[in-house]
Amino acid sequence: MTMGKKKKNGSGRLDAVLVPLIAVLLGFLVGSIFLLFTGKSPLLMFNAMLQGVTGINIAMRSFNPRYIGELVIQAMPIILTGLCFGFAARTGIFNIGAEGQMMVGSLAATAVALTVKAPAFIHVPMILAAGMMAGALWGAVPGFLKARFNVHEVVVTIMLNYVALHFNNWTILNVFGSVDRVKTAQFPQSALLKSPWLESLTNGSRLNWGFVPVLIAIVAYWFILEKTTFGFGLRAVGYNKDGAKYAGMKVNRNIVVSMMIAGAFAGLAGAIITTGTFSFGRALSAAEGYGFDGLAVALVGACQASGILLAGLLFGMLKAAGPLMQSNGIPKEIGGIIMASIVLFVAMKYGIERIVTIVKLRRTKGLALPTETEEAGV
Amino acid sequence: MSLGMVLQMFPIALMFGAPIVMAALGGLFSERSGVSNIALEGIMMVGAFAGASVTVVLEPLTPMAPWFGLLTGIVSGMLFSMIHAFTSIHLKADQVISATALNILAGGLTVYLCQILFTQQRTRAFSYGLRKITVPGLEKIPIIGPMLFYEMYPTFYVAIVLVVLTWFVVFKTPFGLRLRSCGEHPQAAASMGINVYAMRYAGVVLSGALAGLAGATMVLTQDIQYTLTSIHGTGFIAMASLVFGKWNPWGVLGAGMFFGFSQVLSFYAKDIPFLSSLPQEMFYALPYVLTIVALVVFAGKSVGPKAAGEIYDQGKR
Repeated sequence: MTMGKKKKNGSGRLDAVLVPLIAVLLGFLVGSIFLLFTGKSPLLMFNAMLQGVTGINIAMRSFNPRYIGELVIQAMPIILTGLCFGFAARTGIFNIGAEGQMMVGSLAATAVALTVKAPAFIHVPMILAAGMMAGALWGAVPGFLKARFNVHEVVVTIMLNYVALHFNNWTILNVFGSVDRVKTAQFPQSALLKSPWLESLTNGSRLNWGFVPVLIAIVAYWFILEKTTFGFGLRAVGYNKDGAKYAGMKVNRNIVVSMMIAGAFAGLAGAIITTGTFSFGRALSAAEGYGFDGLAVALVGACQASGILLAGLLFGMLKAAGPLMQSNGIPKEIGGIIMASIVLFVAMKYGIERIVTIVKLRRTKGLALPTETEEAGV
Repeated sequence: MSLGMVLQMFPIALMFGAPIVMAALGGLFSERSGVSNIALEGIMMVGAFAGASVTVVLEPLTPMAPWFGLLTGIVSGMLFSMIHAFTSIHLKADQVISATALNILAGGLTVYLCQILFTQQRTRAFSYGLRKITVPGLEKIPIIGPMLFYEMYPTFYVAIVLVVLTWFVVFKTPFGLRLRSCGEHPQAAASMGINVYAMRYAGVVLSGALAGLAGATMVLTQDIQYTLTSIHGTGFIAMASLVFGKWNPWGVLGAGMFFGFSQVLSFYAKDIPFLSSLPQEMFYALPYVLTIVALVVFAGKSVGPKAAGEIYDQGKR
C-alpha cells in the first residue's frame, strides 16, 4: 500500500494534487458519458450540482441557502469516515470497517442519549465520547486480529460491518424498545446537536453543531500524524513494517492503536448523525454506504487532512445533489457511479502519473514518447 | 432436532451454499493467477442484476428464461471483471483499491440501470426464477435421495460439476500449471516463456464468469428480484471460503457448504429447543462471525499463492 506518501522530489507535491484532480475530472467525464448513453442530459446533472453547492438555481434564478446546509450535513459523516480510512491507511491498514464502527458509535450514542439525564453541556460531550469509544473498540478487533494472528483486515472489517448491523438492530429493537420496529423514542432535548438558529440561517436545512467536532477531528488528525512522535511511529509502520520493527517500534501495538483511533473517528460520525441529523436511534435494513464513501474521500484526498476535507465536500455535494437530480429525472445513483470511477482512476495512479510525466517531458525537452507507454496501455 | 428436519435443511443449505462455492471457485482462478480479487461481491451484484433483468424480460417468451439469465450473468461478470483485470494487470493499480472501486461501482451501476430499465430502485419481480428438479431414480435412495436429489435447484449440480472441472483444469492441465506458476513466481514463469499478462487476464476473467454465474444463481434461487441488498456480503463470504478451503476446489466445496448451513440455522432455530430462545439477529450475524473465526483459525496454517495481490514487475528477480 503506497497511499499518502509524499515524494521527495520537487514535482511530488504537485503530482499529489494533480493526480486526484485528473481522477476527479475523468470521473465526471465517465459519469457524463454514461448519462448520454442512457439518454439523460449531463447538463441537468451539473445544474443540480451547482445548485447543491451554491444554492443558486440557474433555471429558476433563485437562491436557497438550505442546499448549502444540506451539503454540509452530507459532508460531515463522510469526512469523518474518510479520516477513519485515511488514518488506518497511513499505518498501512486497509480499513473498510468504517461503516460498522460508525454503527456501533451511533448505538452507543443512542444508549447514552436515552439513559443518561444531564444538562446539554455535559450530555452532548458524553454522547460524542461514548460514540468514539464504541467505534474505537469495534476498530480494535480487526487491528488485534491482524497484529496477533496476521488475519487480513479487509475481509474481517467487512464481516464486522454485517455483525454491527445485526447487533445494532437487535439492541435498538429489543433493549431500547421501538414502537414502529424502525426507531427508538425521541432523545431528550439535552442530547441533541440541533440548533434552531443554524436551521433558520439556512432556510430550514438540517444543519447542526455537528460540524464543530468534525473540524476538531480534522485538526486532530493532522496534528497526531504530522506533529507527534507517536504519529511518526504510525506512519513508519505504514511505510515499512519491517523497517519500523528493526528501528525498535512496537509494530503490533501501533496497528491496534491506529485502528482504535480510526474507529473513534467513525464512531464520532455515528454519534453526530444520530444526535444531529436525526434525534432517535435507528434500526437499519442495510448498510448506508458511509464506509465506502469515506474510502473514496480518503483516497481522493491522498489521506491528508486538508485533502480529506476538500474531497469530503466534493462527495458531499454529489450526495446532496442526489435528490435534486432525482427530481430532474436523473437517477441519483449516477453519484455513486462517478464516485466509483474516481476511485478507479485514483487506483490507476501509475497510468495517470506516466501521462503527466510524459506531457511534462514533451513540454520541457520535446522528447518523443517512451516506448513503454504503449505497453502500459495508456 | 429430528432426522426429518435435517433432511429438510439439506436442500436449503445447498441452495445457499451453491453460489458461495461458485464465487469462491472464481476467486480461486484469480488468486491462483496472482491477482487478488475482493471484487467478487461487486461482480456477483452485476451478475445478479443482469440475470434477474434478462429473466424478467424473457419470461413471457420462453420457459428457459432463467437459464438465459444465468448465461447473461456469466457474460456480464466477465465484462465487468475486465475492468479489474485491466487496471491491476496493465496499469499496475493496487489490486485492493481497484477491486473496492468495482464493489462501489456495482452498487451504483446496477441500481442506476434498474431505474433506467424498470423506473424503480430494483428490477421488476420475476414470477418463477429457477425451478427445482427431482432426479428420477436417485431420489428413491434412502436418506441420500431426499437430501441430494429431491426438489433441488439444478444450480447445485452445476456447482458440483464446476468443482470437478476446476480441480481438473487447475491441477491436471498445462494451462492450470501455467496459471499456478504465475501466482507463485511470475518472473520465473515469464522466464519459461509463459505470457504472465495473458494468464492473469484468463484468471481474472474466469473469476468474473464464475462470480457472475454465482450472482445470477443467487438471485434466481433465493430472491424474487434484484435489489441493492440481494448479495449482502456473499462475495466476501466466498473470499473467506477460499482461505478456509486452502485455495483448493474440494476445500472450497466444503467451506462453501459449511457457510450454507450456517445461513440455514436462522430459519430453523425457532424449531430447535435450545436455540429458540436466542435472538433472530444473532443467527443473521452468525455466518459473518463464523467467517472471521474461520479466518483466524486458518490464518497461519493455510498458505495462498505467493504472488497473489502483488503487482507484477518484470524487472524484479
